[in-house]
Parts: sequence; C-alpha cells; structure tokens
Amino acid sequence: MITLLKNGKIYDPAHNKDGVVEDIYIYQGRIVPKPLDHAKVTQTYDLTGKVVMAGAIDMHSHIGGGKVNIARMMLPEYQQKQMQEIKNLSEPEAHICTPYCSHHATPTATDTGFRYIEMGYTAAFEPAISPINARQAHLEMGDTPMIDKGGYAMLGNDDYFLRMLAAKKDQKAINDYVAWILHATQAIGIKVVNPGGISAFKFNQRRLNLDENHQHYQVSPREVLQSLSRAVHELGIAKPLHVHCNNLGAAGNFETTLNTMGASNGLPMHLTHIQFHSYGTEGDKKFSSAAAQIAEALNKNKNISADVGQILFNQTVTASGDSMMQHLNAKHANPKKSVIMDIECDAGCGVLPFKYRDQNYVNALQWAIGLEIFLSVEDPWRIFLTTDHPNGAPFTSYPHLIRLLMDKTFRNEAFAKLNLDAQSMSNLTSLNREYSLYEIAIMTRAGASKLIGLNDRGHLGVGANADITVYTDQENREAMFAKPDYVFKNGELVVKNGSVVKVVWGATHTAKPAFDIGVEKDLKDYFDRYQTIGLDNFKISDAEIFDDGRGSVVVNKNQHAND
Amino acid sequence: MKNNLNSPLPISVTCPACGMLCDDLSLTDTTPVSIKNSCAKSISFFEQSFNLSNSNAYAPSVSGKPTDLNTAIKAAAEILAKSQAPLIAGLGTEVQGMRAIMRLAAKSNAILDHMHSESTVRNTLTMQNGGWLTTTLSEIKNRADVILAIGTDIGSSHPRFFEKLVWDSESLFSKPSPEVIYLGVPEEKAKAGTAPDGKQASVIGNDSSKVPEMINALNAMLINKKINAETIGGVSVATLQALVEKLKTAQYAVIVWSASSFKFSHAELTIQSIVQLINQLNETTRAAGLPLNSGDGDSSVNNTSAWLSGYPTRNRFVNGKPEYDNYHFSTQKQLQNSDALLWVSTFNPVSPPQTTLASIVIGHPDTKLDSTPDVFIPVGIPGVDHAGAMFRMDSSITLPLKKLRNNELPNLSEVINRIEAELA
Repeated sequence: MITLLKNGKIYDPAHNKDGVVEDIYIYQGRIVPKPLDHAKVTQTYDLTGKVVMAGAIDMHSHIGGGKVNIARMMLPEYQQKQMQEIKNLSEPEAHICTPYCSHHATPTATDTGFRYIEMGYTAAFEPAISPINARQAHLEMGDTPMIDKGGYAMLGNDDYFLRMLAAKKDQKAINDYVAWILHATQAIGIKVVNPGGISAFKFNQRRLNLDENHQHYQVSPREVLQSLSRAVHELGIAKPLHVHCNNLGAAGNFETTLNTMGASNGLPMHLTHIQFHSYGTEGDKKFSSAAAQIAEALNKNKNISADVGQILFNQTVTASGDSMMQHLNAKHANPKKSVIMDIECDAGCGVLPFKYRDQNYVNALQWAIGLEIFLSVEDPWRIFLTTDHPNGAPFTSYPHLIRLLMDKTFRNEAFAKLNLDAQSMSNLTSLNREYSLYEIAIMTRAGASKLIGLNDRGHLGVGANADITVYTDQENREAMFAKPDYVFKNGELVVKNGSVVKVVWGATHTAKPAFDIGVEKDLKDYFDRYQTIGLDNFKISDAEIFDDGRGSVVVNKNQHAND
Repeated sequence: MKNNLNSPLPISVTCPACGMLCDDLSLTDTTPVSIKNSCAKSISFFEQSFNLSNSNAYAPSVSGKPTDLNTAIKAAAEILAKSQAPLIAGLGTEVQGMRAIMRLAAKSNAILDHMHSESTVRNTLTMQNGGWLTTTLSEIKNRADVILAIGTDIGSSHPRFFEKLVWDSESLFSKPSPEVIYLGVPEEKAKAGTAPDGKQASVIGNDSSKVPEMINALNAMLINKKINAETIGGVSVATLQALVEKLKTAQYAVIVWSASSFKFSHAELTIQSIVQLINQLNETTRAAGLPLNSGDGDSSVNNTSAWLSGYPTRNRFVNGKPEYDNYHFSTQKQLQNSDALLWVSTFNPVSPPQTTLASIVIGHPDTKLDSTPDVFIPVGIPGVDHAGAMFRMDSSITLPLKKLRNNELPNLSEVINRIEAELA
C-alpha cells in the first residue's frame, strides 16, 4: 500500500533541496523512507521532468467568519455578474486572466476549498477571528473542503485586555489570558488589528497613532503591541504576533510601520499586508511609495517578517477588522456602500467593496509598491505571498502574482500600461530580480509552515504529511501554477490536471500552550457582569469541530519555546 | 407525552425563542414549565415544547395515514425527484438543519425562502444598497446612552432586551441607564420601556405609519435644512428638533428598528433613511443601528445560506449553481410557479401555506395541518430534542443549542440527509 512518486524535481527548501531529482514514498498519508521491500509499492506516478513541492500554505486569507459572510450578503450583484462573465471578462490591462482565474472575491466555503486545492494549496489560515465570533469562523471553515485551515484570534481591542493593560496587570496574567483565548477560540496564533484603535473608535477617536493614548484606557498602541508580542513569545507560540499596523491605507503611514518594527524590541513580530502600510506623502498627489524604506527596515530587522497584501486590478471587496480606518475609507468604496460594525466589546469590522483600476494613480502605485517590496526584501523566509484575500485581490490571482515575481519582462509589460503619473513615481523597472522556483517554494511552503509553526506541513521530509503538489515546468509561470498536474492531500490523489477528483476534508490547526486555569475566575466574573453570553458558551470544544465526522483538530507543538 | 430529560434538573439552557438567544436560562421544572431568567417568549416556547398535544406526534404520515419513517422519507424523495424545481420554504431551523437543506436544495434544484423573509429582505435590500453601521448587544449594554426605538416597542418581540441591556446597572464604563425614546410607537405599547424604578420611556408620535416622514424630517434637520411645516406625522417640529439635538449630543446612541413592524410598502426605503441618519450622526459622534430579527432561525438560515451558496435567502439552485433574487423567489410567487413544496418549521408549529402543490411538511410534532400534505414527518425541536448551533440577531454570536430530552423524534438534518441520499 505504498505510493511512489518517481523521478520528480524536488523543491523542498526545508531540506535545502533545489530541484534535485528524487523519489518520494507515501504510506498511510505520510512521507516514508524508501521501503526495503519494493513489492509493497502498489502505485507509481512517473514524475520525470515535473516540479514537485509540498502543498502550498496561505498564511493570511480571509476565508471564514462574520466579515466575509457580510461581504457575500452585501454584494449579490457582483457575484451574479461574475457568474455570467467568468469566461468573457474584458481583460484588465495588467492582469491577464487565465481560464482558471474566477475573479471571485467572496467564494462560498465549498468553492474556497476547491479553488485552493486546484492551485495546489493544501492549507489556508483565516487571520482575523474575533474571539466572540470564532464559532462562526469555525463553522464556515468546517464547511470548507479539501484543505487544512486554522486562524489567528484578534486581541488588543477587547475591553478585557485593555482593562488589564490599563490596570498594569503583570505579564503572567496577560500571558494566561492570551493562552486561554487560543484554547477557547481554537486558534493557532494571535493577531492585533490597529492596536487599540478599534476600541478607540467606539469612543469616537478617529485616528490613533503608535504613541497616542486611547482616551479611555490611557494606553498606547505601542503598549498593546509590546504586551501582546511578549505574551506570544513567552508562551512559546511559534507564530509571531500578527500585526495589522495603525493607520491602514493612509498616506504617510510608512513611518508608523517603521516605528511599529521598532516597538518590537527585538521580539518576533509579523507585519501583515505591509503594502497597505508602505505609503509616503511625496509628489504632487501627496501619495508615494515608501517600499524602499520598508524593505530596507525588513532587511535589517531579522526579527520582523511580513506578508505583502499585493493588490491586483479588478473589482474586489475589502473586509477588515479595522472599523476605525474602514469608516474613514468608506468614501472610497466602489460601489459606494459599506458595512461597519462595533462588535461585543471585543472587536469591530468594516466591509467595503473596492475596484482597483490601473489608470487610477493611487491604485497603480499600490500595485507597484507591493511588487517593489517583494523584489527588495532579500530573505524569502521572511516575506510571504499574499493578496490579503479578498482585500487586495482574490486568492485565485496567486498564479498571476507568481508570474509577476518570476518574469521580469511580463512584469515590465504590465507596468508600462499603468497610470503614467504612477509609473513616474515607481522604481519597479529598475528592480531586475526574478524569483526562482526555490524562492517561491520558500514563500508559499517552507517559510509559511515555519512561521505558523506547523509541525509536519510545508516540507517533503520523511514524516511529513503527504500534502504534495506536482506541476509541469512551464515558461508561463501563471499557467504552471494555475493548474498542477497532481495534488495529493494526506497522500491521496485529490486533483488531477487542475480538477478535483476526490473530495476530502482537512484538519483545523491549533496551538494550545499551557496556562493557569485560574484565569477563568476573573473571566467568569467579567462575562457575568459585562458580556451578554456565558463564559462556557464562549469556549469552542474540540467536539464542535469534529462532531460532524469530517473535521479534526491538530494541536501543533510549540516550536520556538526550545529554540 | 412524557418528557424524558437528558440530564437532571436544573438544566442551563440557551433559548431559541427570540433573536436575543439568552443563554442564562435555567430550566427548573417541565411539569409545569418553570424557568429561571425566563420571559414571556421562553415560557411559551418551552411550554409548547414540553407539552406536545398531538397524541400521534411521533408518527410520520403519507397522505394522512400513519406510517414508518422509511416509507415517509421514500415518499418525500419521490415527490422531490419528480419535481423540476421544488420550493423549500418555512426554513424554521438552525445552522445544522440549514446545512443539510442546502445540500438537498443543490441536488434538487430547489428555491429557498424563509417564512419571515418578507421582513428580512427589507433589511437585506438596505444593506445591499448602501450598507449600514450597526452594533451588537454587549456594546449596547456597556455603551448606549440613548436608545431610539423606531416603530417597535422592542419588548414584544425581544422581551429581555431592556432587562439585560438597558436597566442592568453593570457596565464597563460606569454610565447611567440609557434614555429610552420611542418614535412612532402606540402609547399602550410604550410600557415595555418603563424601567423597574418607574422611569418611563419618552414617546414621540404614536402612529407607526408616520415613521417614514418623521425619519426624513430628522435627516433634514440633522444637516440643518429648514423645515417649513409645523408638525410632521402629528409631531411638532420642535419635538423632532429636540430629538435631533439629543442624538447629536449622545456619546453612543443606538437606533433600533424592526423591519417586521413597518406595515407600509417599500419599508426598505425607510430603513435606508434610518441608516442615513446613523451615518450622518457618525460624522461627529458615535451612533449605531440594531435591526431586530423576526425569529424562527432567520439569522442562522441567512448566514448559513450565505457561506454555502454565496447568497442569503431568497435564492435557488439551477443545476447545482446558486442564483439570487429576493423578489421572484418569494414563497408567495413560487407557490404559483413551483411544482412541489417542502415546508420546514422545527421551532414552532407553523402551518404551511395553503397550496395544491405536491407537499411535504417536515416540522414541529404539533404542526397543525389544515389540509393533508402528501408527506408529514415530525422532527425534533432544536435546543430541546437535539443539539444545534444558532445565530443571535446581531449575527456576531453563534451559540450551541442543547439536547434536553430523549425521544424518538429524528433530527431535521438526519431526515433531510436521508431524503437526499434517496435522490442519489
């Protein structure tokens, strides 16, 4: 009952394999050493000349929970139109559509799983689970077939945490609360969105800078960041604090981003969709690229990682926990509508449709800024390929984005079609770098797995879960990455020639660090007094995830604790 | 029927009787029903659930004749197999039931509509047209300093709203109890807003049919437009102007409406005006809306439908592809166009609409059937006979529902899954 993948060119950065020709053996869903008895090999795939990578991992994609579902409800016309136009889209200049690019920014749970696996992705992580809404996020992810999933719980705008911080509770108490949240929400990481700002918006503050105080709690975003990043670090969670900086989308916000890196005090910190936080104020339009400064800082600060949040031109919808900045940005919504919510003394959200246009100065420059960052950050282990799905573009545009990174001619041709003023403000054509297959494998596999702390995903070593993607090496990297020849999930062939041949259900990845359960005493009192549900109902049991017979919970061991 | 409880009393319970989804209830007895932290709606729901009257409540029937579950499931599947596009309506269910129904709908090319969507669609249309700015129950409890209820007394549909969110003195930011103002609510109903200490809600205008013009006037005043009339909807302009000032100076005004209480046509335009008022207030201060839901799992059904089909109800599947049309796919219209009806109502014994279509009723054991459906399958009540998951009205919270008693009633999702399997 052993499956042999024979003679593939292996790109496995976790084991420094850069295109070596090797065989892979799969037994009971895992990669195993070459068997002594070859007779046990019952199935062989000849992969001569094919590119073999671990299944790809999307470390930041809004695939489940309230915001995405609001976007679905809010934009029926968009989805209907797309259904009709999938095949005959008028081609946006800088985005050459493949037949596989559905442009669907708010796919259903089912389609999410299918579109990911069809591109060779075998896991995706929802980066913004508001703890109070975690059950919905898991219900949606539970209905997402084919891939593994997991999420980051948002803290730092919840009144419970802000009260602790204002009361100068000791770090151990904060750590226990953070660990308790990870358990209660079945999450694998902690995120902070506009630290303190979402809560401040509820008190009618409209902007919050890194060292500006929340008017009620008299604590600053810097203090929020330092407390949470320290908690994450001391608990030994692999995934560094996932930070959506203050001042999302605002011209001049790169300084906040640089200062946020400084606030890390050398502890690991991940800055998400950094493209949206890399804007200067130069030029006639007072909006410019600060990609060079951001990339330089990323190159220098080895404790910082980032994902890009590339935008691509088309209609999409932005769904963010950042109610403060989304309320401010609502005037740019296209079509003009927005859903803004204050949520349960816990979080907020803002959902706005956006249409990124290559002839719009700001949009064109956003596109260039994202690519400038990709090409200027030297270490592919610390920069990740995302579009902040669906905020910059749907995840289905990844093959296109990969081609932009790997093919300079293609990239420069796209650049030449942009708004001319934007072209004059970008140095993109002077960046000659072309990503290699090995670097793509780092960004989308080995690096992502290491960052999140997945124990046995994202690599092809013995013992790894057999999530494997096989591509035909093609010069057109978009075509190549859009349609793998084979995808194996847990050792089973689930995609052949870009189409699903078997429906399977992935696991939910979590991290469950030890903590003092005594933390529940004060939490129970808090829930009884101030919340409108009971503490016990806030917590999501493992059974809720596996009860339907499809899901399962994987507890990933903390990795960096013993570094 | 005897109640064979799943665990010893008292049992802590999450109550699905209204969109508040209170989870602090404790069931202390079932004969008669006695509940700690009860309200009129929870008592009536649990009494109805624990006193099933139909002596034959557990028996499915085909053409009115009692039969076994297998036969009934086969008969239901036959009807759906013959149908070109069945209408699945009622949809009184929670998340797990709706998940099963979505799969069945995809397989049978069905049209989906909830029994309360006449109201819900007005909110959905508003949200799809311009969006909105809303809040949730815990924010109201801790932040609201003014509550403006438009056309609804809140208490009739959501009985514990005031007790839990308004009069409860516990709040994070030590604020006084919010001022409650009714706009367009009959005087006799305004009692719902009277605090335990006797403090009464203010009432501005008693005629809910005048809400549209009053809201438009408030919007005009908020942007300093001059009003020439002396009264709007029977209310003096000065009173409305005072209300505008109150909203402007409030730190966190919450504006509550209930789409089902607006008894005039095109109420979505009025809801849009309410949203406009909220948006304008947020230019200078904070304010937020709270649309009340109608019940019978409407929030659960729309959310589940959205993540599984990409659309809330009213929607349908054509060759497995979802489509959305909140006008044409109404129960009323589709009873004329469709060739079979599957009616689902599990929380309450809501009777199916009169129809000559081939019909299947899957629902509450006490469902009153004015005419005999081709197939009737009684199923368990969510949160009483089986576990489930339910969305609160503000959609930010989903809570588990508990199984409280043991009996032979199958779950809706089991029955639907078995019908779907027969269609394979």
